[in-house]
Amino acid sequence: MSASAHSTAHSHSPVPEQPEEESRRDFLILATGAVSAVGVAGAAWPFIRSWSPSADVLSQATTEVDISALGKGQMITVPWQGKPVFILHRTDEQIASAKKGDAEKLPDPAKDAERAQKPEYLVLLAICTHLGCVPQPIGTGNFGGFLCPCHGSHYDTSGRIRQGPAPKNLEVPFYAFKDDKTLVIGKSVG
Amino acid sequence: MSKSIMDWVDARLPVTALIKSQATEYPTPKNLNYWWVFGSLALFCLIVMLLTGLFLAMHYKADANQAFDVVEHIMRDVNYGWLLRYMHANGATFFFITVYVHILRGMYYGSYRAPREILWWFGIIIFFLLMATAFMGYVLPWGQMSYWGAAVITNLMSAIPVVGEELVIWIWGGFAVGDPTLNRFFALHFLLPFVIFGVVIIHLWALHAVHSNNPDGIDLDEHKDTIPFHPYITIKDLFAMGVFLLVYCAFVFFIPNFFLEPDNYIPANPMQTPAHIVPEWYFLPFYAILRSIDFLGSFSKLAGVIAMIAAIAILFILPFLDRSPVRSFRYRPLSRQLFWIFVIDCFLLGWVGYNPADATRFNGALPLIVVGRTCTAIYFGYFILLWIITAFDIEKPQPVPKSL
Repeated sequence: MSASAHSTAHSHSPVPEQPEEESRRDFLILATGAVSAVGVAGAAWPFIRSWSPSADVLSQATTEVDISALGKGQMITVPWQGKPVFILHRTDEQIASAKKGDAEKLPDPAKDAERAQKPEYLVLLAICTHLGCVPQPIGTGNFGGFLCPCHGSHYDTSGRIRQGPAPKNLEVPFYAFKDDKTLVIGKSVG
Repeated sequence: MSKSIMDWVDARLPVTALIKSQATEYPTPKNLNYWWVFGSLALFCLIVMLLTGLFLAMHYKADANQAFDVVEHIMRDVNYGWLLRYMHANGATFFFITVYVHILRGMYYGSYRAPREILWWFGIIIFFLLMATAFMGYVLPWGQMSYWGAAVITNLMSAIPVVGEELVIWIWGGFAVGDPTLNRFFALHFLLPFVIFGVVIIHLWALHAVHSNNPDGIDLDEHKDTIPFHPYITIKDLFAMGVFLLVYCAFVFFIPNFFLEPDNYIPANPMQTPAHIVPEWYFLPFYAILRSIDFLGSFSKLAGVIAMIAAIAILFILPFLDRSPVRSFRYRPLSRQLFWIFVIDCFLLGWVGYNPADATRFNGALPLIVVGRTCTAIYFGYFILLWIITAFDIEKPQPVPKSL
Protein backbone atom coordinates (compact mmCIF):
# COMPACT_ATOMS: atom_id res chain seq x y z
CA MET A 1 0.00 0.00 0.00
CA SER A 2 2.62 2.45 1.10
CA ALA A 3 4.83 1.41 -1.81
CA SER A 4 2.16 2.27 -4.35
CA ALA A 5 1.52 5.57 -2.54
CA HIS A 6 5.20 6.33 -2.90
CA SER A 7 5.27 5.64 -6.58
CA THR A 8 2.19 7.88 -7.10
CA ALA A 9 3.92 10.67 -5.27
CA HIS A 10 6.96 10.21 -7.49
CA SER A 11 4.94 10.29 -10.70
CA HIS A 12 3.53 13.68 -9.71
CA SER A 13 6.84 15.46 -9.56
CA PRO A 14 8.38 16.00 -13.03
CA VAL A 15 12.00 15.65 -11.81
CA PRO A 16 12.63 12.34 -9.99
CA GLU A 17 14.40 12.58 -6.65
CA GLN A 18 16.86 9.92 -7.79
CA PRO A 19 20.07 12.06 -7.85
CA GLU A 20 19.48 13.39 -4.36
CA GLU A 21 18.77 9.89 -3.09
CA GLU A 22 22.04 8.72 -4.65
CA SER A 23 24.17 11.42 -3.08
CA ARG A 24 22.51 10.80 0.28
CA ARG A 25 23.28 7.09 -0.04
CA ASP A 26 26.84 7.83 -1.18
CA PHE A 27 27.36 9.95 1.88
CA LEU A 28 26.03 7.24 4.17
CA ILE A 29 28.23 4.59 2.57
CA LEU A 30 31.27 6.83 2.80
CA ALA A 31 30.59 7.78 6.41
CA THR A 32 29.97 4.16 7.41
CA GLY A 33 33.16 3.14 5.60
CA ALA A 34 35.21 5.81 7.34
CA VAL A 35 33.89 4.93 10.77
CA SER A 36 34.55 1.21 10.23
CA ALA A 37 38.07 1.95 8.97
CA VAL A 38 38.79 3.83 12.18
CA GLY A 39 37.21 0.96 14.12
CA VAL A 40 39.36 -1.65 12.38
CA ALA A 41 42.49 0.43 12.94
CA GLY A 42 41.58 0.87 16.59
CA ALA A 43 40.94 -2.84 17.01
CA ALA A 44 44.22 -3.69 15.27
CA TRP A 45 46.28 -1.42 17.52
CA PRO A 46 46.35 -3.67 20.62
CA PHE A 47 47.46 -6.59 18.46
CA ILE A 48 50.23 -4.56 16.84
CA ARG A 49 51.27 -3.01 20.14
CA SER A 50 51.47 -6.43 21.81
CA TRP A 51 54.66 -7.05 19.80
CA SER A 52 56.50 -4.08 21.36
CA PRO A 53 58.83 -4.73 24.29
CA SER A 54 56.84 -5.64 27.39
CA ALA A 55 57.16 -3.95 30.78
CA ASP A 56 59.57 -6.53 32.19
CA VAL A 57 61.85 -6.16 29.17
CA LEU A 58 61.77 -2.37 29.50
CA SER A 59 62.67 -2.62 33.18
CA GLN A 60 66.14 -4.00 32.43
CA ALA A 61 67.41 -0.47 31.80
CA THR A 62 70.77 -0.30 33.58
CA THR A 63 73.74 -2.53 34.29
CA GLU A 64 76.40 -1.80 36.91
CA VAL A 65 79.92 -3.05 36.25
CA ASP A 66 82.89 -3.20 38.58
CA ILE A 67 85.87 -2.15 36.45
CA SER A 68 88.51 -2.08 39.19
CA ALA A 69 89.98 -5.41 38.10
CA LEU A 70 90.17 -4.42 34.45
CA GLY A 71 93.86 -3.94 33.64
CA LYS A 72 95.35 -1.95 30.78
CA GLY A 73 94.72 -3.66 27.46
CA GLN A 74 91.99 -5.88 28.92
CA MET A 75 88.48 -6.02 27.62
CA ILE A 76 85.26 -7.46 29.04
CA THR A 77 81.89 -8.10 27.49
CA VAL A 78 78.88 -7.40 29.71
CA PRO A 79 75.22 -7.87 28.92
CA TRP A 80 73.00 -4.79 28.97
CA GLN A 81 69.35 -5.09 27.97
CA GLY A 82 70.26 -8.49 26.52
CA LYS A 83 72.85 -6.87 24.29
CA PRO A 84 76.62 -7.24 24.61
CA VAL A 85 78.67 -4.18 25.65
CA PHE A 86 82.45 -4.04 25.30
CA ILE A 87 84.38 -2.26 28.05
CA LEU A 88 87.99 -1.80 27.00
CA HIS A 89 90.73 -0.40 29.19
CA ARG A 90 92.79 1.12 26.40
CA THR A 91 96.58 1.08 26.24
CA ASP A 92 98.48 4.27 25.40
CA GLU A 93 99.08 3.01 21.85
CA GLN A 94 95.38 2.35 21.37
CA ILE A 95 94.52 5.85 22.57
CA ALA A 96 97.20 7.33 20.31
CA SER A 97 95.92 5.33 17.36
CA ALA A 98 92.36 6.54 18.06
CA LYS A 99 93.52 10.18 18.24
CA LYS A 100 95.42 9.71 14.97
CA GLY A 101 92.19 8.49 13.41
CA ASP A 102 90.52 11.83 14.18
CA ALA A 103 92.46 13.40 11.29
CA GLU A 104 91.60 10.69 8.76
CA LYS A 105 88.73 10.81 6.31
CA LEU A 106 86.10 8.75 8.12
CA PRO A 107 82.87 7.26 6.74
CA ASP A 108 81.07 8.36 9.90
CA PRO A 109 83.14 11.29 11.25
CA ALA A 110 83.52 11.47 15.03
CA LYS A 111 86.28 12.61 17.39
CA ASP A 112 87.66 10.07 19.84
CA ALA A 113 87.19 12.59 22.66
CA GLU A 114 83.44 12.65 21.96
CA ARG A 115 83.27 8.87 22.14
CA ALA A 116 85.24 8.19 25.33
CA GLN A 117 84.43 10.14 28.49
CA LYS A 118 87.77 9.05 29.94
CA PRO A 119 90.35 8.29 27.24
CA GLU A 120 91.45 5.08 28.97
CA TYR A 121 87.97 3.52 28.94
CA LEU A 122 86.15 2.75 25.73
CA VAL A 123 82.54 1.62 26.17
CA LEU A 124 80.82 0.29 23.06
CA LEU A 125 77.60 -1.39 22.20
CA ALA A 126 79.08 -4.52 20.63
CA ILE A 127 76.56 -4.73 17.84
CA CYS A 128 77.80 -4.26 14.31
CA THR A 129 75.87 -1.41 12.69
CA HIS A 130 75.65 -3.47 9.50
CA LEU A 131 73.46 -6.39 10.47
CA GLY A 132 73.81 -6.79 14.21
CA CYS A 133 76.56 -9.36 14.72
CA VAL A 134 78.92 -9.10 17.68
CA PRO A 135 82.37 -7.95 16.50
CA GLN A 136 85.43 -9.87 17.65
CA PRO A 137 87.58 -8.52 20.54
CA ILE A 138 90.10 -5.69 20.27
CA GLY A 139 93.05 -6.32 17.98
CA THR A 140 91.21 -8.41 15.38
CA GLY A 141 90.48 -5.63 12.87
CA ASN A 142 92.67 -3.89 10.33
CA PHE A 143 93.02 -0.68 12.36
CA GLY A 144 94.00 -2.31 15.63
CA GLY A 145 90.32 -2.46 16.54
CA PHE A 146 87.38 -4.81 16.09
CA LEU A 147 86.48 -7.03 13.17
CA CYS A 148 82.92 -8.05 12.55
CA PRO A 149 83.25 -11.57 11.15
CA CYS A 150 79.88 -11.68 9.45
CA HIS A 151 80.48 -9.32 6.58
CA GLY A 152 84.00 -8.00 7.23
CA SER A 153 83.48 -4.58 8.83
CA HIS A 154 86.60 -3.16 10.50
CA TYR A 155 86.30 -0.76 13.44
CA ASP A 156 89.25 1.16 14.90
CA THR A 157 90.36 1.55 18.52
CA SER A 158 87.63 4.15 19.00
CA GLY A 159 84.97 1.81 17.57
CA ARG A 160 84.65 3.91 14.42
CA ILE A 161 83.87 2.20 11.12
CA ARG A 162 86.91 2.28 8.83
CA GLN A 163 86.37 -0.42 6.25
CA GLY A 164 83.57 -2.74 5.10
CA PRO A 165 79.80 -2.57 4.65
CA ALA A 166 78.73 -1.15 8.05
CA PRO A 167 77.31 2.35 7.64
CA LYS A 168 77.96 3.77 11.11
CA ASN A 169 80.37 3.69 14.03
CA LEU A 170 79.74 1.26 16.86
CA GLU A 171 77.24 2.95 19.12
CA VAL A 172 78.42 4.33 22.44
CA PRO A 173 75.66 3.57 24.96
CA PHE A 174 74.72 6.05 27.64
CA TYR A 175 77.06 5.42 30.55
CA ALA A 176 78.38 7.17 33.65
CA PHE A 177 81.13 6.57 36.19
CA LYS A 178 79.39 6.18 39.52
CA ASP A 179 82.80 6.25 41.21
CA ASP A 180 86.34 5.27 40.14
CA LYS A 181 85.48 1.61 40.26
CA THR A 182 81.92 1.42 39.03
CA LEU A 183 80.53 2.03 35.61
CA VAL A 184 76.77 2.28 35.06
CA ILE A 185 75.52 1.52 31.58
CA GLY A 186 72.13 2.81 30.54
CA LYS A 187 69.65 5.26 31.99
CA SER A 188 66.76 4.25 34.18
CA VAL A 189 63.45 5.06 32.57
CA GLY A 190 60.22 6.28 34.13
CA MET B 1 24.22 -48.95 -3.61
CA SER B 2 27.44 -46.88 -3.89
CA LYS B 3 26.01 -45.34 -7.05
CA SER B 4 22.89 -44.21 -5.31
CA ILE B 5 24.94 -42.77 -2.44
CA MET B 6 27.10 -40.89 -4.95
CA ASP B 7 23.95 -39.59 -6.68
CA TRP B 8 22.66 -38.37 -3.34
CA VAL B 9 25.95 -36.57 -2.61
CA ASP B 10 26.29 -35.15 -6.13
CA ALA B 11 22.84 -33.63 -5.91
CA ARG B 12 24.09 -31.69 -2.89
CA LEU B 13 27.82 -31.27 -3.60
CA PRO B 14 28.92 -32.04 -7.19
CA VAL B 15 31.98 -34.09 -6.26
CA THR B 16 31.85 -36.37 -9.31
CA ALA B 17 31.66 -33.43 -11.69
CA LEU B 18 34.66 -31.80 -9.98
CA ILE B 19 36.77 -34.97 -10.19
CA LYS B 20 35.76 -35.37 -13.83
CA SER B 21 36.52 -31.81 -14.91
CA GLN B 22 39.66 -31.34 -12.82
CA ALA B 23 41.24 -34.81 -12.94
CA THR B 24 39.89 -37.65 -15.03
CA GLU B 25 38.97 -35.42 -17.97
CA TYR B 26 41.22 -32.45 -17.22
CA PRO B 27 43.24 -31.99 -20.41
CA THR B 28 47.04 -31.94 -20.11
CA PRO B 29 49.53 -31.54 -22.97
CA LYS B 30 50.65 -34.92 -24.27
CA ASN B 31 54.29 -33.80 -24.56
CA LEU B 32 54.95 -32.84 -20.91
CA ASN B 33 58.45 -33.94 -19.93
CA TYR B 34 59.84 -34.85 -16.52
CA TRP B 35 60.55 -31.22 -15.65
CA TRP B 36 56.79 -30.92 -15.19
CA VAL B 37 56.68 -33.28 -12.20
CA PHE B 38 58.29 -30.80 -9.81
CA GLY B 39 55.05 -28.94 -9.10
CA SER B 40 53.40 -32.01 -7.64
CA LEU B 41 56.66 -32.93 -5.88
CA ALA B 42 56.64 -29.50 -4.21
CA LEU B 43 53.05 -30.12 -3.09
CA PHE B 44 54.15 -33.48 -1.70
CA CYS B 45 56.95 -31.71 0.23
CA LEU B 46 54.44 -29.25 1.65
CA ILE B 47 52.30 -32.12 2.94
CA VAL B 48 55.36 -33.87 4.45
CA MET B 49 56.34 -30.59 6.16
CA LEU B 50 52.85 -29.95 7.50
CA LEU B 51 52.59 -33.46 8.90
CA THR B 52 56.07 -33.73 10.47
CA GLY B 53 55.81 -30.13 11.67
CA LEU B 54 52.50 -30.74 13.40
CA PHE B 55 53.91 -33.71 15.31
CA LEU B 56 57.14 -31.88 16.18
CA ALA B 57 55.06 -28.99 17.54
CA MET B 58 53.48 -31.45 19.97
CA HIS B 59 56.90 -31.93 21.63
CA TYR B 60 58.52 -28.53 21.09
CA LYS B 61 58.60 -25.66 23.62
CA ALA B 62 59.04 -22.12 22.35
CA ASP B 63 61.04 -20.84 25.32
CA ALA B 64 64.52 -19.37 25.03
CA ASN B 65 65.65 -21.36 28.08
CA GLN B 66 64.21 -24.66 26.89
CA ALA B 67 64.14 -24.61 23.08
CA PHE B 68 67.67 -25.94 22.49
CA ASP B 69 67.30 -28.72 25.06
CA VAL B 70 63.84 -29.68 23.91
CA VAL B 71 65.13 -30.27 20.37
CA GLU B 72 67.71 -32.66 21.83
CA HIS B 73 64.89 -34.22 23.88
CA ILE B 74 63.00 -34.79 20.63
CA MET B 75 66.13 -36.31 19.09
CA ARG B 76 66.96 -38.63 22.01
CA ASP B 77 63.85 -39.34 24.04
CA VAL B 78 60.77 -38.96 21.88
CA ASN B 79 59.85 -42.14 20.02
CA TYR B 80 60.93 -41.61 16.41
CA GLY B 81 61.52 -37.96 17.29
CA TRP B 82 64.84 -38.14 15.43
CA LEU B 83 62.99 -39.26 12.33
CA LEU B 84 60.40 -36.52 12.53
CA ARG B 85 63.07 -33.86 12.99
CA TYR B 86 65.36 -35.16 10.25
CA MET B 87 62.40 -35.48 7.88
CA HIS B 88 61.42 -31.91 8.70
CA ALA B 89 64.92 -30.41 8.47
CA ASN B 90 65.80 -32.22 5.24
CA GLY B 91 62.26 -31.70 4.00
CA ALA B 92 62.98 -27.96 3.91
CA THR B 93 66.01 -28.59 1.73
CA PHE B 94 64.10 -30.81 -0.66
CA PHE B 95 61.15 -28.43 -0.73
CA PHE B 96 63.49 -25.71 -1.95
CA ILE B 97 65.15 -28.02 -4.48
CA THR B 98 61.78 -28.89 -6.02
CA VAL B 99 60.62 -25.27 -5.95
CA TYR B 100 63.83 -23.98 -7.57
CA VAL B 101 63.61 -26.57 -10.34
CA HIS B 102 59.91 -25.71 -10.73
CA ILE B 103 60.70 -21.98 -11.10
CA LEU B 104 63.58 -22.58 -13.52
CA ARG B 105 61.38 -24.88 -15.60
CA GLY B 106 58.83 -22.08 -15.83
CA MET B 107 61.56 -19.66 -16.87
CA TYR B 108 62.98 -21.98 -19.55
CA TYR B 109 59.71 -22.95 -21.20
CA GLY B 110 58.14 -19.48 -20.89
CA SER B 111 55.41 -20.61 -18.49
CA TYR B 112 55.23 -17.06 -17.10
CA ARG B 113 54.06 -15.68 -20.45
CA ALA B 114 50.47 -14.68 -21.26
CA PRO B 115 47.96 -15.94 -20.31
CA ARG B 116 49.75 -17.38 -17.25
CA GLU B 117 50.94 -14.17 -15.53
CA ILE B 118 48.63 -14.48 -12.50
CA LEU B 119 49.55 -18.16 -12.13
CA TRP B 120 53.22 -17.07 -12.15
CA TRP B 121 52.63 -14.27 -9.65
CA PHE B 122 50.97 -16.55 -7.14
CA GLY B 123 53.93 -18.88 -7.56
CA ILE B 124 56.29 -16.06 -6.56
CA ILE B 125 54.08 -15.20 -3.58
CA ILE B 126 54.35 -18.85 -2.48
CA PHE B 127 58.13 -18.60 -2.87
CA PHE B 128 58.25 -15.47 -0.68
CA LEU B 129 56.06 -17.11 1.98
CA LEU B 130 58.17 -20.26 1.80
CA MET B 131 61.35 -18.29 2.49
CA ALA B 132 59.75 -16.48 5.43
CA THR B 133 58.50 -19.78 6.87
CA ALA B 134 61.85 -21.52 6.40
CA PHE B 135 63.70 -18.61 8.03
CA MET B 136 61.45 -18.62 11.09
CA GLY B 137 61.61 -22.40 11.35
CA TYR B 138 65.40 -22.31 11.36
CA VAL B 139 65.32 -20.03 14.43
CA LEU B 140 63.37 -22.55 16.53
CA PRO B 141 66.20 -24.97 17.51
CA TRP B 142 67.81 -21.89 19.18
CA GLY B 143 71.39 -22.82 18.31
CA GLN B 144 74.10 -20.32 17.45
CA MET B 145 73.20 -20.23 13.73
CA SER B 146 69.50 -19.97 14.60
CA TYR B 147 70.14 -17.01 16.86
CA TRP B 148 72.59 -15.13 14.67
CA GLY B 149 70.72 -15.90 11.48
CA ALA B 150 67.68 -14.33 13.12
CA ALA B 151 69.77 -11.36 14.29
CA VAL B 152 71.19 -10.68 10.84
CA ILE B 153 67.93 -11.07 8.93
CA THR B 154 65.79 -9.03 11.35
CA ASN B 155 68.48 -6.36 11.31
CA LEU B 156 67.88 -6.01 7.57
CA MET B 157 64.72 -4.09 8.53
CA SER B 158 66.82 -1.46 10.29
CA ALA B 159 68.02 -0.36 6.85
CA ILE B 160 64.56 1.09 6.21
CA PRO B 161 64.88 4.88 6.61
CA VAL B 162 63.27 6.65 9.60
CA VAL B 163 61.21 3.77 11.05
CA GLY B 164 63.79 0.97 10.65
CA GLU B 165 65.23 0.98 14.15
CA GLU B 166 61.80 1.12 15.82
CA LEU B 167 60.52 -1.61 13.52
CA VAL B 168 63.31 -4.01 14.50
CA ILE B 169 62.63 -3.51 18.22
CA TRP B 170 58.96 -4.12 17.54
CA ILE B 171 59.74 -7.36 15.70
CA TRP B 172 62.08 -8.50 18.47
CA GLY B 173 59.77 -7.54 21.30
CA GLY B 174 62.91 -6.38 23.12
CA PHE B 175 66.29 -4.79 22.51
CA ALA B 176 67.79 -7.92 21.01
CA VAL B 177 66.60 -11.23 19.57
CA GLY B 178 65.25 -13.07 22.59
CA ASP B 179 62.47 -15.06 24.16
CA PRO B 180 59.62 -12.88 22.78
CA THR B 181 61.14 -13.20 19.30
CA LEU B 182 61.34 -16.99 19.54
CA ASN B 183 57.74 -17.20 20.71
CA ARG B 184 56.23 -15.14 17.91
CA PHE B 185 58.40 -16.85 15.30
CA PHE B 186 57.07 -20.21 16.46
CA ALA B 187 53.47 -18.98 16.22
CA LEU B 188 54.08 -17.62 12.72
CA HIS B 189 56.03 -20.70 11.65
CA PHE B 190 52.97 -22.73 12.59
CA LEU B 191 50.54 -20.40 10.82
CA LEU B 192 52.33 -19.64 7.54
CA PRO B 193 52.32 -23.16 6.08
CA PHE B 194 48.52 -23.06 6.14
CA VAL B 195 48.62 -19.70 4.40
CA ILE B 196 50.94 -21.27 1.83
CA PHE B 197 48.47 -24.12 1.45
CA GLY B 198 45.74 -21.57 0.70
CA VAL B 199 47.85 -19.76 -1.87
CA VAL B 200 48.76 -23.12 -3.44
CA ILE B 201 45.05 -23.71 -3.98
CA ILE B 202 44.79 -20.34 -5.75
CA HIS B 203 47.91 -21.26 -7.74
CA LEU B 204 46.18 -24.49 -8.83
CA TRP B 205 42.95 -22.65 -9.55
CA ALA B 206 44.88 -20.26 -11.82
CA LEU B 207 46.59 -23.26 -13.44
CA HIS B 208 43.34 -25.06 -14.13
CA ALA B 209 41.81 -21.88 -15.54
CA VAL B 210 44.53 -21.44 -18.21
CA HIS B 211 45.87 -25.03 -18.34
CA SER B 212 49.48 -26.19 -18.38
CA ASN B 213 52.14 -24.77 -20.63
CA ASN B 214 54.20 -27.38 -22.50
CA PRO B 215 57.80 -27.88 -23.67
CA ASP B 216 57.00 -26.40 -27.09
CA GLY B 217 55.32 -23.44 -25.46
CA ILE B 218 52.50 -23.41 -28.03
CA ASP B 219 48.74 -23.15 -27.63
CA LEU B 220 47.21 -26.59 -27.97
CA ASP B 221 44.26 -28.03 -29.79
CA GLU B 222 42.26 -29.49 -26.92
CA HIS B 223 41.22 -32.57 -28.88
CA LYS B 224 44.37 -33.50 -30.74
CA ASP B 225 47.15 -32.43 -28.41
CA THR B 226 45.96 -33.36 -24.94
CA ILE B 227 45.58 -36.41 -22.73
CA PRO B 228 43.55 -36.69 -19.53
CA PHE B 229 45.40 -35.80 -16.31
CA HIS B 230 44.33 -39.09 -14.77
CA PRO B 231 45.77 -41.68 -15.22
CA TYR B 232 48.53 -40.45 -17.52
CA ILE B 233 49.99 -37.60 -15.46
CA THR B 234 49.09 -39.01 -12.06
CA ILE B 235 51.08 -42.17 -12.79
CA LYS B 236 54.03 -40.12 -14.04
CA ASP B 237 53.90 -37.92 -10.91
CA LEU B 238 53.76 -41.03 -8.74
CA PHE B 239 56.79 -42.52 -10.46
CA ALA B 240 58.68 -39.26 -9.97
CA MET B 241 57.64 -39.28 -6.32
CA GLY B 242 59.23 -42.73 -5.96
CA VAL B 243 62.53 -41.50 -7.37
CA PHE B 244 62.30 -38.36 -5.24
CA LEU B 245 61.68 -40.41 -2.08
CA LEU B 246 64.76 -42.56 -2.80
CA VAL B 247 67.01 -39.50 -2.77
CA TYR B 248 65.19 -37.81 0.12
CA CYS B 249 65.30 -40.93 2.29
CA ALA B 250 68.98 -41.43 1.48
CA PHE B 251 69.63 -38.05 3.07
CA VAL B 252 67.20 -38.54 5.97
CA PHE B 253 68.60 -41.93 6.94
CA PHE B 254 72.27 -41.80 5.95
CA ILE B 255 73.50 -38.19 5.91
CA PRO B 256 70.81 -36.28 7.84
CA ASN B 257 73.22 -33.52 8.89
CA PHE B 258 74.61 -32.90 5.42
CA PHE B 259 72.78 -29.59 5.03
CA LEU B 260 72.88 -28.61 8.71
CA GLU B 261 75.55 -26.39 10.25
CA PRO B 262 77.66 -27.85 13.12
CA ASP B 263 77.48 -24.45 14.87
CA ASN B 264 73.75 -24.89 15.31
CA TYR B 265 74.46 -27.67 17.81
CA ILE B 266 75.91 -24.98 20.11
CA PRO B 267 73.22 -23.29 22.24
CA ALA B 268 72.40 -19.70 21.27
CA ASN B 269 74.72 -17.17 22.92
CA PRO B 270 73.69 -13.52 22.52
CA MET B 271 77.15 -12.42 23.72
CA GLN B 272 79.15 -14.11 20.97
CA THR B 273 78.73 -14.31 17.22
CA PRO B 274 80.15 -17.41 15.50
CA ALA B 275 83.24 -16.66 13.41
CA HIS B 276 81.43 -17.39 10.19
CA ILE B 277 77.69 -17.05 9.80
CA VAL B 278 76.16 -18.85 6.87
CA PRO B 279 72.46 -19.03 6.11
CA GLU B 280 70.87 -22.24 4.93
CA TRP B 281 72.01 -23.17 1.42
CA TYR B 282 68.73 -22.09 -0.19
CA PHE B 283 69.31 -18.47 0.84
CA LEU B 284 72.98 -18.35 -0.20
CA PRO B 285 72.61 -16.69 -3.65
CA PHE B 286 70.46 -13.91 -2.17
CA TYR B 287 72.84 -13.56 0.77
CA ALA B 288 75.71 -13.11 -1.69
CA ILE B 289 73.76 -10.37 -3.49
CA LEU B 290 73.14 -8.64 -0.15
CA ARG B 291 76.84 -8.68 0.69
CA SER B 292 78.07 -7.69 -2.75
CA ILE B 293 76.75 -4.12 -2.43
CA ASP B 294 79.43 -2.68 -0.16
CA PHE B 295 80.78 0.19 -2.23
CA LEU B 296 78.12 2.84 -1.60
CA GLY B 297 79.32 4.03 1.79
CA SER B 298 76.46 4.63 4.19
CA PHE B 299 73.90 3.63 1.54
CA SER B 300 75.43 0.16 1.19
CA LYS B 301 73.20 -1.46 3.78
CA LEU B 302 69.94 -0.18 2.36
CA ALA B 303 71.12 -0.79 -1.20
CA GLY B 304 72.12 -4.36 -0.34
CA VAL B 305 68.72 -5.06 1.16
CA ILE B 306 66.95 -3.53 -1.84
CA ALA B 307 69.10 -5.57 -4.24
CA MET B 308 68.32 -8.77 -2.37
CA ILE B 309 64.57 -8.15 -2.41
CA ALA B 310 64.73 -6.98 -6.02
CA ALA B 311 66.42 -10.24 -6.98
CA ILE B 312 63.14 -12.03 -6.28
CA ALA B 313 60.71 -9.19 -6.96
CA ILE B 314 62.07 -8.81 -10.50
CA LEU B 315 60.40 -12.15 -11.25
CA PHE B 316 57.06 -10.34 -10.97
CA ILE B 317 57.77 -8.25 -14.08
CA LEU B 318 59.43 -11.08 -16.01
CA PRO B 319 56.22 -11.67 -18.03
CA PHE B 320 56.50 -8.12 -19.37
CA LEU B 321 60.27 -8.05 -19.87
CA ASP B 322 60.12 -11.01 -22.23
CA ARG B 323 58.68 -9.66 -25.52
CA SER B 324 59.45 -12.62 -27.76
CA PRO B 325 56.62 -13.94 -29.96
CA VAL B 326 57.74 -17.43 -28.88
CA ARG B 327 57.32 -18.78 -25.33
CA SER B 328 59.63 -21.78 -25.13
CA PHE B 329 63.41 -21.28 -25.09
CA ARG B 330 63.55 -24.53 -27.07
CA TYR B 331 63.08 -22.31 -30.14
CA ARG B 332 65.04 -19.30 -28.84
CA PRO B 333 68.81 -19.90 -29.20
CA LEU B 334 69.96 -16.63 -27.63
CA SER B 335 67.56 -16.75 -24.68
CA ARG B 336 68.63 -20.35 -24.08
CA GLN B 337 72.29 -19.34 -23.74
CA LEU B 338 71.37 -16.48 -21.40
CA PHE B 339 69.29 -18.91 -19.34
CA TRP B 340 72.16 -21.33 -18.78
CA ILE B 341 74.52 -18.47 -17.92
CA PHE B 342 71.88 -17.37 -15.39
CA VAL B 343 71.69 -20.86 -13.86
CA ILE B 344 75.49 -21.15 -13.55
CA ASP B 345 75.55 -17.62 -12.14
CA CYS B 346 73.08 -18.63 -9.40
CA PHE B 347 75.36 -21.50 -8.36
CA LEU B 348 78.36 -19.16 -8.35
CA LEU B 349 76.46 -16.67 -6.18
CA GLY B 350 75.65 -19.52 -3.82
CA TRP B 351 79.31 -20.44 -3.60
CA VAL B 352 80.29 -16.81 -2.90
CA GLY B 353 77.58 -16.61 -0.24
CA TYR B 354 78.90 -19.75 1.42
CA ASN B 355 82.41 -18.28 1.80
CA PRO B 356 83.40 -15.66 4.38
CA ALA B 357 82.91 -12.05 3.25
CA ASP B 358 86.61 -11.27 2.98
CA ALA B 359 87.71 -14.58 1.42
CA THR B 360 90.03 -14.50 -1.57
CA ARG B 361 91.32 -16.93 -4.18
CA PHE B 362 94.68 -17.21 -6.03
CA ASN B 363 96.75 -15.87 -3.10
CA GLY B 364 94.63 -12.78 -2.65
CA ALA B 365 94.59 -11.88 -6.36
CA LEU B 366 90.85 -12.51 -6.57
CA PRO B 367 88.74 -11.24 -3.66
CA LEU B 368 85.43 -13.11 -3.65
CA ILE B 369 83.62 -9.82 -3.17
CA VAL B 370 84.59 -8.99 -6.76
CA VAL B 371 83.19 -12.34 -7.94
CA GLY B 372 80.03 -11.56 -5.93
CA ARG B 373 79.60 -8.15 -7.54
CA THR B 374 80.16 -9.57 -11.02
CA CYS B 375 77.68 -12.38 -10.43
CA THR B 376 75.12 -9.91 -9.04
CA ALA B 377 75.50 -7.84 -12.21
CA ILE B 378 75.04 -10.98 -14.33
CA TYR B 379 71.97 -11.98 -12.29
CA PHE B 380 70.17 -8.72 -13.03
CA GLY B 381 71.79 -8.58 -16.46
CA TYR B 382 69.84 -11.69 -17.43
CA PHE B 383 66.53 -9.89 -17.07
CA ILE B 384 67.72 -6.74 -18.84
CA LEU B 385 69.33 -8.66 -21.70
CA LEU B 386 66.27 -10.86 -22.09
CA TRP B 387 64.23 -7.68 -22.53
CA ILE B 388 66.74 -6.13 -24.97
CA ILE B 389 67.06 -9.16 -27.26
CA THR B 390 63.30 -9.66 -27.42
CA ALA B 391 62.07 -6.04 -27.44
CA PHE B 392 64.43 -5.04 -30.26
CA ASP B 393 64.09 -8.28 -32.24
CA ILE B 394 67.77 -9.10 -31.84
CA GLU B 395 66.88 -12.74 -31.31
CA LYS B 396 65.51 -14.62 -34.32
CA PRO B 397 63.39 -17.47 -32.97
CA GLN B 398 63.38 -20.78 -34.85
CA PRO B 399 60.11 -21.94 -36.46
CA VAL B 400 57.62 -23.25 -33.94
CA PRO B 401 55.36 -26.28 -34.65
CA LYS B 402 51.68 -25.50 -35.27
CA SER B 403 50.54 -28.40 -33.11
CA LEU B 404 52.06 -31.42 -31.41
